[in-house]
Order: sequence, then structure tokens, then C-alpha cells
Amino acid sequence: MIWQIPFLVTVVLLAIGLYMCLMKRNVIKIIMGISIMEAGVNLFLVALGYRDGGIAPIFTQASEGTMVMPTTQALTLTSIVIGLATTALMLAFAVMIHRRYGTLDVRKMRRLKG
Amino acid sequence: MSFLDTHGAILTIIVPLFAAFLMPLLGKLSQKAPRFLAAGALALSSALAIRLAIQVWDSGTIVYTLGSATGTIFRIQLIVDGMGIFMALIMAIVSLAVAIYSWSNIDRYTGQEKYYALLLLVTVGSYGMVLTGDMFNLFVFFEISSISLCGLVAFRSQRGESFEAAFKYMLYSTISGVMILFAIGIFYGQYGLLHMVGISNAMAVNGSTMLDKIALGLLATVFAMKAGSVPMHMTTPDAYGEAPAGITALFVAASQAGLYALFRTGFTIYSSGMNMTTLGWVLIVLGVLSMFIGVTMALVQSDIKRLMAYHAISQTGYMLLGVGVGMAVMADPVLMAQYGVDAMRGGIFHIINHAMYKGLLFLTAGAIIHRMGTSDLNEMHGLGRNMKWTAIMFILGALAIAGLPPTNGFSSKFIIYESVYQFNPILAVIAMLVSILTLASFVKVFYSAFLGPRPSKPVKEAPASMLLGMGIFSAVIVILSLFPGFIIEKIVDPAVSALVPGVELTPLSSGFFPSTIITGDGFWSVLVFIGAFVSIMIIASLIRSMGNKGFTKRKGMGQPYYFGNRVTASARVSGGNVYWGFLKAMERYYKPVKAEHTGDANDYVAWLLITMAVILAVVVFL
Repeated sequence: MIWQIPFLVTVVLLAIGLYMCLMKRNVIKIIMGISIMEAGVNLFLVALGYRDGGIAPIFTQASEGTMVMPTTQALTLTSIVIGLATTALMLAFAVMIHRRYGTLDVRKMRRLKG
Repeated sequence: MSFLDTHGAILTIIVPLFAAFLMPLLGKLSQKAPRFLAAGALALSSALAIRLAIQVWDSGTIVYTLGSATGTIFRIQLIVDGMGIFMALIMAIVSLAVAIYSWSNIDRYTGQEKYYALLLLVTVGSYGMVLTGDMFNLFVFFEISSISLCGLVAFRSQRGESFEAAFKYMLYSTISGVMILFAIGIFYGQYGLLHMVGISNAMAVNGSTMLDKIALGLLATVFAMKAGSVPMHMTTPDAYGEAPAGITALFVAASQAGLYALFRTGFTIYSSGMNMTTLGWVLIVLGVLSMFIGVTMALVQSDIKRLMAYHAISQTGYMLLGVGVGMAVMADPVLMAQYGVDAMRGGIFHIINHAMYKGLLFLTAGAIIHRMGTSDLNEMHGLGRNMKWTAIMFILGALAIAGLPPTNGFSSKFIIYESVYQFNPILAVIAMLVSILTLASFVKVFYSAFLGPRPSKPVKEAPASMLLGMGIFSAVIVILSLFPGFIIEKIVDPAVSALVPGVELTPLSSGFFPSTIITGDGFWSVLVFIGAFVSIMIIASLIRSMGNKGFTKRKGMGQPYYFGNRVTASARVSGGNVYWGFLKAMERYYKPVKAEHTGDANDYVAWLLITMAVILAVVVFL
């Protein structure tokens, strides 16, 4: 049971992130929601690679025992870097939107429609 | 084996990647240098892609293992097959034309080195997406292309709208990226593999599990979103409309990389373990919705690029329809041979046709905006008098997108109509109706932009580099138009057989005439059409020559004649009012549909999630 918890947390984080993208009016909060979703998926990947009682997957001078899977950790690192890039770019957009529109409310950010 | 033979695939990706990171340094040295580096790097990588294409057509699929001479499915591999190289070829043409076009188009902006660096990165992302054989690489390249495209959408930073569009598009693409990663996690958790063929083989053993189907639902939604399919199309017109014109043309090609990923997921990964009829029908429904809603929304637009963006959505529907029909009947060899293969050929041929004529149309729109300073159709008139070359190329693109013979658009749509009619006649009728509405919409653009009285301020022809960029697209369109049979046999058929291995490909053209297409019941030959057209023109001019020779045009005879009150000659119906009667009659349709495009980012996310939920439910439970 205990090893199911990371997956449950993943679902909760994804749900919170999607809820924020869906319901929050403030651009910054939407960006926070996306970051939370990314964190959820990163947790999912790391949890997938975990082996019960596993040790760090470093082959030189490794002690006895199961290693956790290194691939998912590599994927997570890549994903964190991508997440950083997207968050930074979206925050930059938020700054520029605030300068041009004077608001961060998505309901007032509707010049392009129809 | 020479160096290029071995490493051609990775070099195609590496060359623009290195050039992109060289760009900021070069931008410090000189204002003009970045454009030459971009064009040079893209010319080199395009040449490599074409070389790679010839290699693939001659000797079959190329598998390149990164960092090792021996390949296993546990390594990262590039797999270049007929479908991948087909998409890479599109990217090769589009990226080069766009780089040349951008010389003049963004001449007045600062920060050009950043523009070219991002342009190169979009190219890297798209090449990577279509050449890789690894799911995680696909995700990384998807993100590279999405993030760079968002940066480019916001390039015209004097406009607030650019940032609005960029933010909304970024919202969609980031949520999609997260979903792709989640699906990859599902694959890895079950099979311990990221290699597409490896996953496919693993599914073939036990059939696809419930988790696999969830991953399929997520991936299908996300890649359909990237391709711009209704109802996840909301941000596409914003982004296409606000990006600089050259980037919009590149955007079309990059979106089609999403379409490629969708087909790749369906055909290469999943078809080994499950029946694809359900997903085929999902694609068909998405395609029909995209075609119809795209074109009807385009009719009411008055911004030239936004209008064309809705047409891009509508044309994507044809590809989804064609390939969807192929996917739906994939399990049945008899139906597949009867019309399934032809539907896929039509859909895939339409991808390259669409990238070319839509690219051309966006570039002509960019040339108009460059000279007029506005993108509003209601403010344009009479540009055809001075921008003759632009007008001619616009006509070529408009004929092609409307699917009028003898253009390439007609060839691919003809195959789609013929094959889809045998599958379900209603779908074919909708496809034809959409074609007619497309023609109507482009008649409106041509009328408002190019015809009418001279513009109030003098307008010059587009600059040479922009004409050259458009010329590249036009030349490719002419080639595709003249030899459809040849193109299908040499380029499209390898793509079809890469998606459906072992399918029987009966040739569409008799080898003697490369310009002829023969489907089951239909016959289409460019040469016959041109012959008939020329002979009708000769007859018409003969009739004309029999008229009164002494006739001369008197003064005022060319002027319009109005009843009733005196009107000035400049009074004309503006672009937005051309189809007022049709729009009035369709009011009950337009009111709710237009109201759905609210511009509210929350609503857009809601549409994405609803579609995802529906597709997930359909794929998992049916």
C-alpha cells in the first residue's frame, strides 16, 4: 500500500494543476497550476523507477542490492529543465501582458476572439 | 559508406541546432550576419534532408543509433522511413523559403538574431519529431518546437495581442507536453522501453492493456491539438494571426509534425496490439468537424491572416479524414485494397500540398501586410495594380487550396473524394461542400485585396527576397500540380507503406503518363485538362475575333453604372460584407459557434479537457 502513495499524490497534483488552469482568472495562478502539473508528472516518473530498498544507480564501487532505475531519473531531469524554460517564458509573457493590457485577468485579455 | 551516408540523419538535425546557438554571438558582431547564417545553415540541412530522402527511397529505412555503432532498442535511435522523410522533405522546403523570405520581412525589427535563432530551433524541433524513433525524444523535440514557436509568436512585441496569443498557445502546448510525458511514463512503467518499435512489439505480445489505451487517448488528443484540429483549435488562429508572416508558414509545417506524430502513434505503435477502427473514427469525426467549422469561421473573418489560419484548420481536416478512413478499415485487407490505401494516399499527399500552398498564401498575406501596414481586409483595395507578382502567386495558392484543377490541391482532394465516397458518401459530400466554401472565401480575399480602385497611397511590389521566398513555394506547387502520379508513386507511396507495413500498393498512374491519376472509377489527367483548357480558350478567342472590328471603347465605358442616387466610383462592397446574404441566412449557426470562441483562456482549457475526456472515454471503452 505504502508505495501507492506517490501515484495518488501524482493524481492529486495533476488534478490541482488542471483545476487552476480551468478556474483561476489570474495569469500568474494559471502558470502556477502548470508548474504543479509538471511537478506531478515528474513525481510519477521518479516513482515509476523506484525499487523497494533500492540504492543509487552508480556502478563504480556499488554496494550489494537492487538499484533504482536511472532512466526515469534522467527523463525527470530533462523534464525539469523543460519545465523551467516554459515557466520562465510564460512569466515573461505575463509581464508583457501586464504592461500592454494593464491587467492579468484572463477575462479582460480577450482582444483576439471570434 | 561515406561519412554523410552514415551520419546524414543526425546531421540534418545538428546543423541548424549549432547554427541556432552560434546566432546570438554573431548578432553581436553584425546586424546583417544572422540572416546569412540562417539561410546558409538551413540550405545545408535542407540539402542533407534531400540527400537522406534519396537514400531512403533507394535503399529503405535507415536506422541510426546515437553514440554507438550497434543498435538495440534500449538505445536512442533515429528511424528514418518513408513517412518521416516525407515530413522532413516538407520541412526542408518550407524552412529554406521562410529564411529567405524573412530577410526583408523583418528588416525593420531589432533582435533579428533572436528571431533567426528561434526559427532554426523550430526547424530542429520539427526535424527531430519526424526523424526520431524514441518516444521521449519525440517529447523533447515537441517542446523545443512549441517553446520556440511561442517565442516567435510574441516577436512583434509592439503589439499586446502578440503576447496574448503567445500565452494562450503556450498554455495549450504546455498542458499537452505534460500529458505526453504522462503517457510516456505509462509506457515506461509497463514495458521499461521508450523505443517506438520496442513498445509496439511488446504490445503485440499481450495486446494493449487498459493503461495503453489511456496513453493512446492522451497522445491522440495532444497531437490532434498540435495539428490544430477542432475543437482544440481555439488558439491556433490567434497564434497564426499574430506571428510574423514567415513564421506562420513555418507554423503550418510544424503543426503537421504533430499530425505526423498522431499517425505514428496510431499506426506504428498501437496497430500491433489493438483494433484501430475506433481511433480511425475519432480521426474522421475530428477531421469533419475541423473541415466544416474551420471553413465557416473563415468566411466571417476580416483579418487576412486570421482568415487563412481558419483555412489551415479546415484543410487539416482533409488529412485527418483521409488517413482516418485508412485507419478505420486497416484491419480489413479487402476494403483496404478497395479504397483504404487510396484514402491514405490522398490524406498524406494533401499534407505536402497543404504545406506548400498554405505557406505560399501566408507569405503573400505577409507581403500585403508589409506594404499596406494593415491586415484588415476592409481597408485594402486595388493592390493587384502594383503588386502583380504577389497577385499572380496568390491566385496560384488560392486555386490550389480551393481544389480547382489543374492544381495539386485538386489532385489530392480528388483522391480523397473518390475513396471516402466509397467508405461513406455523406463524408465525401461534406468534403466537397467545404471545398466550395473555401473557394468562396478566397474569392472574397482576392476581391477585397487585389481588385477595385487604386489604393490611396502608392504601394510598391513586395521586396525581392520576399518574392523569392514565395517563388520557391510556387515552383514546388507547379511541380506537384504537373506530375501528381509521379509524386504519389515516388514520395507518397513509401510514406503509406511505412505507416502500414506490407500493404499492397496498386499504382495510381499508368507508368507512361506521370501526370495521370486513375482511381477505381475516376480518371484525372493534368495534360488532358490543360489541353481542353487551351482549346476552349482558342475557340473563345476565335469567337471574339468574329466580332465588330471597328468597335472602340469610349470614355467612361469602363466605369461602373449605378441606378438611383449619384455614387462615387470608389463606392464598393468592403471585404467584410461580400457574403452578407449567406451570413445572414446562416445566422442561427453562426451565433452560437462564434460565441464559443470567447477569447477566454479558461474556456479554451475547458475545451481541451472536454475533448480529452471524450476521446479517452471513446478509446478506452469502445
